[in-house]
Amino acid sequence: MTDKIKMAGQFIQALPHARALGMDLERLDPGEAVISMPYAEKLIGDPKTGVVHGGAVSALMDTCCGAAVMSHPSNPSLTATMDLRIEYLRAATPGHRITTTATCYHVTRSVAFVRATATDEDAGTPVATATGTFTVEVKR
Amino acid sequence: MIKRPEPVQVIKQRRDAVLRKLVEGVPYIQFLGIQFERRGDELTAILPFKDDLIGNPMLPALHGGATAAFLEVTAIISLSWNTLWEDMENGTLDIENLDRDGLPRLPKTIDFTVDYLRSGLPRDGYARARINRAGRRYASVHVEAWQDNRSRLYAQGTGHFVMPQRQL
Repeated sequence: MTDKIKMAGQFIQALPHARALGMDLERLDPGEAVISMPYAEKLIGDPKTGVVHGGAVSALMDTCCGAAVMSHPSNPSLTATMDLRIEYLRAATPGHRITTTATCYHVTRSVAFVRATATDEDAGTPVATATGTFTVEVKR
Repeated sequence: MIKRPEPVQVIKQRRDAVLRKLVEGVPYIQFLGIQFERRGDELTAILPFKDDLIGNPMLPALHGGATAAFLEVTAIISLSWNTLWEDMENGTLDIENLDRDGLPRLPKTIDFTVDYLRSGLPRDGYARARINRAGRRYASVHVEAWQDNRSRLYAQGTGHFVMPQRQL
């Protein structure tokens, strides 16, 4: 299993956009992924407060949800986002690392259903939550 | 007495200056490389292709997160632009001293839903927002994004926003 995590970690860090945002795979279990992203000035969406742009949180959520689908025991060979909805519960604290946990809770022959939560370094209310559906291609 | 219309260059300069300030002030927009084109009050966002935007290098396809960010940026800038328009045109907005403090705060995203219709190709993307409702407190915005053909969208999105409270 550790080999698989190592490979998945390398795979995620090989995605150019994930690398550009500095994403790190923290943990990968069957159907569950944890990915984090460090605070950076280039990610700021509100120059007056220094809060990270929602789009950067979306990219983190999307990557993490995709990783959760790929690690599902049904062993999909390829996945793509079909629909992703994000709720921004509160502004992420400037300077904090954002960590996302995604769970792929159901997979059919063609679709995967995922939920995710993003937190910063403050415990309590998450920064954002997400719900997504992903296309699935299973190895034959 | 009939008021003479302003010279066209004065109008263009004012509108382009405000738009530039709005877009250049946001680091994440610069990081993605998003640009805005203006026809009157209509904005078109452009996401020029670069390798950093790739999600799946095998296909290759744009990262879903880059697409989501492109749509959300288009929605926020279009919404903010729409709010600024009146003050900009009637002279209430102090164009000379437009900096971060001169511009009002940006709308805050409450939720955003992206519908991925086809995979994003490794080429430029375009997006336009339609503001379905712009209330004093909340707004609802729909965004469409395409690449080669305007009628073949690769993604669309809908979001709700909290509007910045105007200082009196």
